[in-house]
This record gives sequence, structure tokens and C-alpha cells, in this order.
Amino acid sequence: MIWLDTIVQGLLLGGLYALFAAGLSLVFGIMRLVNLAHGDLIVFAAFLILVVVQMTGLNPFLGALIAAPLLFAFGWLVQRVVLNRVLGKDILPPLLVTFGLSIALQNGMLEVFSADSQRLRAGPLESASVDLGPVTVGIMPLLTFASAVMVIFALNQIFYRTALGRAFRATSDDPVTASLMGINPASVFAIATGLAMVTVTIAALFLGMRSNFDPSIGPARLIFAFEAVIIGGLGSLWGTLLGGAIIGVAQTVGAQINPEWQILAGHLAFLAVLLVRPRGLFPRAVD
Amino acid sequence: MQISVTTRTRASTIAGIAALALIGLGLILPAFASRSVIQDLFFILTLLTLAQLWNLIAGYGGMVSIGQQAFVGIGAYAMFAGVILWGWDPIAAIPLGLGAALVLAVPMAFFAFRLQGAYFAIGTWVIAEVTRLLVAQWKTLGGGTGTSLPREATADIWGVKAIAALLGLRDAAARDVLAYWLALAMAVGTMAAIYILLRSRNGLALAAVRDNDNAARSVGVDAARLKWAVFLSAAAMTGMVGALIFLQTARISPDAAFSVTTWTAYVIFIVVIGGIGRLEGPIIGVLVFWGLQTAFADYGSWYLFSLGLIAIAVMLFAPRGLWGLFTDRTGIALFPVQRRLTTTSQGDSRNG
Repeated sequence: MIWLDTIVQGLLLGGLYALFAAGLSLVFGIMRLVNLAHGDLIVFAAFLILVVVQMTGLNPFLGALIAAPLLFAFGWLVQRVVLNRVLGKDILPPLLVTFGLSIALQNGMLEVFSADSQRLRAGPLESASVDLGPVTVGIMPLLTFASAVMVIFALNQIFYRTALGRAFRATSDDPVTASLMGINPASVFAIATGLAMVTVTIAALFLGMRSNFDPSIGPARLIFAFEAVIIGGLGSLWGTLLGGAIIGVAQTVGAQINPEWQILAGHLAFLAVLLVRPRGLFPRAVD
Repeated sequence: MQISVTTRTRASTIAGIAALALIGLGLILPAFASRSVIQDLFFILTLLTLAQLWNLIAGYGGMVSIGQQAFVGIGAYAMFAGVILWGWDPIAAIPLGLGAALVLAVPMAFFAFRLQGAYFAIGTWVIAEVTRLLVAQWKTLGGGTGTSLPREATADIWGVKAIAALLGLRDAAARDVLAYWLALAMAVGTMAAIYILLRSRNGLALAAVRDNDNAARSVGVDAARLKWAVFLSAAAMTGMVGALIFLQTARISPDAAFSVTTWTAYVIFIVVIGGIGRLEGPIIGVLVFWGLQTAFADYGSWYLFSLGLIAIAVMLFAPRGLWGLFTDRTGIALFPVQRRLTTTSQGDSRNG
């Protein structure tokens, strides 16, 4: 029974990792951009929600609703002004630019918000739980998982059912040919990054409500997110959800055996998948 | 008229002489420089060596690894293990760092060489994290909190007494001088080895593999063997530098020894700012990095904030680095590896 509980908790934790990873999966899938600042952007979004909440007194969910369009604009602008100019066959320039962004964001936040731990207060929701027969699960983890599924579902709808999604897939497969068909890759990329920042806002909302956050926690979130994306396979959004779940379950099972093995078990699961499938489980696009 | 292939230029001859003079100056420097200068130079030389090694695998080998901290950390821990567990002299334990890094590099290469581009980068990073977490379980070496070199071990390191007597220094300062000389030897040795490699047939083959894997293979280059050789030698040397760095600090912890920021991110910053894929790049890069650090370190996080913005600006406006900017304008290369055809008139009579 303890194992069933462990696996359920792991799946729900995987929902949080899938949320971290959804935006990354989108930009990585469409433009092969290794965004090393993704984790810090999540923390940045959490601070932005916190500022909105403190200024207006709204609850965090409404705060996120206000923060989302601001972050969409921020992502759009960063992609337009900076990232589009360094994208290419060579992965190093975007790697260094996003590393620079990561260092700048971390230290900028440290100056502005200090190193103190912060939290988004969600009232009684934080500790509420529901009895599901053999296991009891927290409302908050359940809500996180449901949001992850909804975010992935919505992104998939955009990806496969809209003209914008067609442009995403075409640019992902071959930017040169796509641009011959009247698609402007630069603006497609900018919209994709904007959308990714909206998912980052949702991830930040749940990160902030579930645990404390401070300016230094970004990189650890980044590595989990990347593992989820790579396990799932390039460009496969449902794969990303599965990847998050695999990392989450591996972590809780590892922690059940020995609390010090939690993070280690997640990494080992990632390496094991990659050993068998070097391109992840369900790669949609080719590199 | 005879045609020959050469890489030498007038600038490279001058640079060669200047380099020899600088090495000579570096050797005798501890006789008159202050302790803080020696410590600064130790910092510069070790970072320079790490940067040259990363430049070798990424800039020439095309393997963008963000897991090099694995080798720094494992090398440093192997040295500590030699001293603490087996009672070796710290100097004798430095080559343990080389061996340990090599042992780690073999499975890492087996795994990571199956991956491409971004996957390779993330894969190496995760392996480094796994190594850090495993080492943190090693309770006899301090576990997650780390440990220090025992006082008895640091008190009589080989050669320290002789240096102290020779230069009239106290033991602590003599230890710094010893570490500095070792760092100088490693930096010069690494750069010389890389330069010789790049001017050889294998260097040409390596550049060909980086630029186009398939084309290189079609003209008979054994790409896989070359990548293995370069990755393993860079890893082994990185491990040895790691051992030396933590010999000097005499204190270790998993977070410091396996720090992705210090041993990989800053190193990438140095290489890319200076100019990737050329031997001069990391030299310029490390000087810029050190200059920024000495000038602005007092500003704390604003300093790191600016470092991030500088990285972005250089990538946008000088993607080939500062040295790339300079050499594109002037055509000057201090350590040229480019093959040029030259004609010599004395060959006329022989070839008729």
C-alpha cells in the first residue's frame, strides 16, 4: 500500500515537472533552442506574481492572470531582439546568450528581491486533501497535475488544429522551406516564446504555492525540465508529460528507499531512458 | 620554383619568442612578486588551462559539454582520497586526479557519444550531477558538507621546505609558490600539446570532423577514434587541474568541486568571449574575466549581473569573440594553424 501511495505521489509530482517542462518543450521542439534561463524565468515569473499579489491584494490565481500577458510580452521581446539573432546550426551562441540571461536574471532578482525565501499564499487550499480510496492526495498536487494535463492539451490543440500550429510544425521541420511558403520564422519564434512564457507563468504559480522559492533555485528546476523534455522526445508534448511523470515517480520511489537518493534516482531514470532510446521515447521531429 | 606548405608567419615567430620570454619571466616571478600576485596568477593559470581544454573539445572537437565540472570534482576528490585515506603526499596524489577523471570519462563517453548537439550537452551535465550526488554519499570524505586536508599533510608537502629556504618565505607562502609553478607547468604543457596536435595531421582531421563529420569520414578520417582520444585526454587533464586547484584551497565540498557555474559556465564564458576555436581566444578571455572580477567584485551581484549582460552583448555583436574581431580585421594570428602555400625561389635550380 505504501508503494501505491509512493507511485501516486510521484505521478502528481511529475505533473509539476511537466509544467516546468511544457514551455521548454515548445521552444526546444520548434527552434532547437537550449534555453538555460528557463528555470530562472520560472522563478522570475513567481516573483512577478508575488509583486502583483502584494500590490493588489488579489489571490495568486488572479495574480497569475495579470502576470501572464506581461510575461508573454517579455518573452516575445527577448526572442525578437536577442534570441532570433543567434539561432542557427551552431548550438553554442544561443547556449551562451541564455546562460548570460540566466546569470543576469538570478543576480538581478537577488538585488531586487533579496535572498529571502518567498511563498505565494493560497489559504486553506494549501493543506486540503481528498480521500481516494486506498490513497489520500493533496488538493494542490492534484490541481497541479490537472493543470499540467490541461496545458499540454491546450498546446497540442494549438499545435495540431490551428494555422499558427501549422506554422510551428512547418518551421520546426524546415525553416527555409517554411519561409518560402510565406511564413516568417522570426515572428513564429517570437510567438512561440511568448506562449512558452504563459506556460512558465502557470508553472510559477504552482511552484510558488507548493513550496518556498528564492532567486537561486532556477537551475535545479531547469535540469528536471530538460530531462522531462528529452525523455519524451523532441517536439512531443504528451511525451513531455510522460517524461515528467517518469522523473517524478523515480524520485519518490528513490526517496522511499533512502531520502538522500531522491534527486539521484530521477537522474538515473533519465540516463537509463537515454541509454535505450538516445532520442527519447516519442520523437516527433528530426534534429 | 618550389612550393611548400607552412603555418609559420612573421607574427607567429615573434609570438613564439615572446611566449618563451613570458614563460621564463613566469618561472622567476616568485623571487620578487608579492604573495597576492602569485595567488592571482594561480587563479588565472588554472582557469586558462580549463578554458583551453574546453576549447579543445568544443571549439576544435565540436563536442559542447556542460559536464566538465565532473572531471574537476572527481580529480579533486581522488587527490583528497589519496592524502586522507592512504596518507600520500598531496603532490604525489595529484596524478590520481588524472587517473580518476580518465576512469570516469570512459563510461561518460560511451554514453554521451550516442547523443547529438543539445542532447550531448544536457546528458553530460546530468552525468556530472550524478557524480556529485554519488560523491556526496562518501562519508569518509565528509559527505555532503566536505572536508579539509589534514594539517600534517599540508605541513610538509614535498618541495615546500626547499622553496621556503630558497626564496626566504614562510611555509604558507611557499605552498602558494609551489602550486603556482605547477599551474604554470600545466598551462604551458596543455597549450603546447594542443598547439602541436592542431598543427599535425590529426589536428587537421579534427577540424574536418567538426566542420563536417560525413565529409571527413569520406576522405578516410577515423572520426570516432579522434573524438575519443580528444575527449579522454581533455578529461584526464581537467581532472589533474581540479586536483591542483583543491590542493591550493586545501578544503573541498561536493558543491564547490562539482560547481557547474565555476568550472563550466565561467569557462565557457572565457572561451566564447575570447574567441572559440583558436588558441589565443581563452588567453584574451581569461584576462577579460579576471580584469572584470578584480575591478567590480566589490559590487557583488551587480558584477555577476553585468557579466551575464556582457556575455549576451558579445554574442550579438562579436559572435567570434574579441580575438576573432581582432584577427578578422588584421589577419594576425599568434599561434596560426592555417596551412598556407608559399613559394621559395631557391628551389628553382633543383627542380630545373
